[in-house]
Amino acid sequence: MSEVAARPVHSAILQFLTRRRGRTRADWTDWLTYAYLFVGLAVMFAPVLWVVLSSFKTPVNLVEFPPTFLPYAVETVEVEGFDEPLPLYEVATEEGETRLLAQIRRVGLNAQMIDPAKPEAGRVVVAVADAKPVRHIQFYWGNYAQLLSTSGSNLWLYVYNSLFITVVATLITVVMNSMAAFALAKYRFKGNTLALVAILMTLMIPPTVVLVPTYLIVAQLGLVGNLWGVILPTVATPTGVFLLRQYMLTIPDELIEAARMDHASEWRIYWRIVLPLSAPALAVVAIFSILSRWNDFLLPLVVLNRREVFTLQLALASFQDENQIHYDQLLAMTTLTALPLAFAFIFLQRYIASGIASTGIK
Amino acid sequence: MANLILEKLGKSFGAVKVIPGLDLQIDDGEFVVFVGPSGCGKSTLLRLIAGLEEASTGDIRISGESVISVPAADRGVAMVFQSYALYPHMTVRENLSFGLENIRMPKDEIARRVATATKMLQIEELLERRPKELSGGQRQRVAIGRAITRDPKIFLFDEPLSNLDAELRVLMRVEITKLHERLGNTMIYVTHDQIEAMTMADKIVVLRKGVIEQVGVPLELYNRPRNLFVAGFIGSPRMNFVDGTITEVTGAGLSFQSPHLPPLTLPARPGPLRAGATVTLGVRPEHFTLSENGTGWPLKVSVAEQHGANSYLHCVTPDGTPMLIHEAGQSHVARGDILRAEPREGHWHLFNAEGQRMPLDEG
Repeated sequence: MSEVAARPVHSAILQFLTRRRGRTRADWTDWLTYAYLFVGLAVMFAPVLWVVLSSFKTPVNLVEFPPTFLPYAVETVEVEGFDEPLPLYEVATEEGETRLLAQIRRVGLNAQMIDPAKPEAGRVVVAVADAKPVRHIQFYWGNYAQLLSTSGSNLWLYVYNSLFITVVATLITVVMNSMAAFALAKYRFKGNTLALVAILMTLMIPPTVVLVPTYLIVAQLGLVGNLWGVILPTVATPTGVFLLRQYMLTIPDELIEAARMDHASEWRIYWRIVLPLSAPALAVVAIFSILSRWNDFLLPLVVLNRREVFTLQLALASFQDENQIHYDQLLAMTTLTALPLAFAFIFLQRYIASGIASTGIK
Repeated sequence: MANLILEKLGKSFGAVKVIPGLDLQIDDGEFVVFVGPSGCGKSTLLRLIAGLEEASTGDIRISGESVISVPAADRGVAMVFQSYALYPHMTVRENLSFGLENIRMPKDEIARRVATATKMLQIEELLERRPKELSGGQRQRVAIGRAITRDPKIFLFDEPLSNLDAELRVLMRVEITKLHERLGNTMIYVTHDQIEAMTMADKIVVLRKGVIEQVGVPLELYNRPRNLFVAGFIGSPRMNFVDGTITEVTGAGLSFQSPHLPPLTLPARPGPLRAGATVTLGVRPEHFTLSENGTGWPLKVSVAEQHGANSYLHCVTPDGTPMLIHEAGQSHVARGDILRAEPREGHWHLFNAEGQRMPLDEG
């Protein structure tokens, strides 16, 4: 271990990226594997990358056709006698040369241009078709700035609402699901299997079907327009219970018996023995919960009917009205919204792989 | 310090009677070993005593008090599990003190008990380690230490050495025996290894299918097995059995005849056996005399194992019954040789058709 750790990081990464089946040269299965992985990477990561890159585009750059992959900005130049910087164009002349000209204004299919090097030479009229804008890659932060300035304090309210719902719902989900899973995995009681099957059967009911009944219950409880109205209906998830139960089955019964002989109450066995040993499975459930609570749209849309209780997702949707879609701000906000999730995943992902339950037992 | 009495204790899992109903008395300070083949109910019996399984019938009394409806933690017993069942996420210290914290024992008392137990087991330097950082033998010690800190009336061991390698097993065997001498508590030890049973026990309980076959001190079980099962189970390598019939009953003894083997006259009391009765003769491998003059049983050697200090000759009788012979020292016998082996007088065991021991005038 220490040998591997002592090596420079970049060689370790290189080694990881060039892993092969055997120690020798690449097998055809290696090529196939890498090809498959790269296709997967492209399919899954390209849209995300495009959203992030597009959020740095100027509104003009955004609606341009054909669309560009990278954010570009038009090169501008200060010309004597003009207050504003003028956009720079590459113009193909009739002689076959290309000249750099600054555009003053555009009239129909023609544009009035001026040579920034010799402004005294006067204006030239050029056909728009012959002029190509000079551009360079530039990340435009205006969308973000505008988002923060227009939404202002409201934005932080949405962030708070989303965070509150995600954190509180995830905590309750983990506790509720693990308690149910503990009972289903470690207690022998009549109807044990029936209970598990009943819980799993709820997976077959589409969430949209239960949306209206859920709303009615929430309304009866007087929780419409309240963040708890979104939290409470989501805290018990069949997948979470099932996943945790399956994991807890791998915790040896002898551990629990030993704890029972050690005068531990059932609650203490759950809290001190079962819960710590289920950490990897709990991390998975937590990730699922964070993902779905943060991205949840339908239930908040129905339940949270005031702007003050909007989540980020609802706020995102509000950039889109019947007349137009504010792509610039929508993209910026989408990127911002996805960031916490990415961090949550990077942080929790380490715990998924680390199984600690099996180490104390042969 | 406590004695333990089991009264008609029975356990069924559904329709399966694992333990039909058994009586046993274990005295204060005894080291009792439950031994038997796998599936004989010995572990279940231990778990019944521990309170981890609920008894279907009968009663358990510790120090005269019925504990049948007392939860496991309050019975005053401590168990060392086969897998040790150490809490993987806790350090050795936390493992040892978890049970004491649960009964809200004062911190200094916990520290004192942990110190005593770790000193006794020489695991003081391991206190801050986690179970995964310990070797098998060290885990074993911690598991025993956890039982010691609870200061139980009765220690229960469930095949505690089965996960250790042979060398360590011998070492731990001695240590547990010493521990018993030092603590003087009643200990109940479950194993399928009859060497462990023979070497450690004050009293061995041989179990088969939930029924006690014989209870006794180790050598009594070796010298006078009550039936074929105990005879075959106690002693290593196991006893040889030859089926035959009683041809003649005289005042001097019985004539035992087995097909293809010379007849044998056994000294016997006038007992229930009649001429013509089907019997089984048992002779331990170490109770043969190899004779040169050719009067013994003719046995063909199929494998000769040389252990150095001992030799084990795997032989077959003319009718194909396998027969193992132990010879002290090194043997010159080779595969294919025909030996003449005579069962040593006084070291034979006779069983009737039901497998019960028949009394013989021994020695």
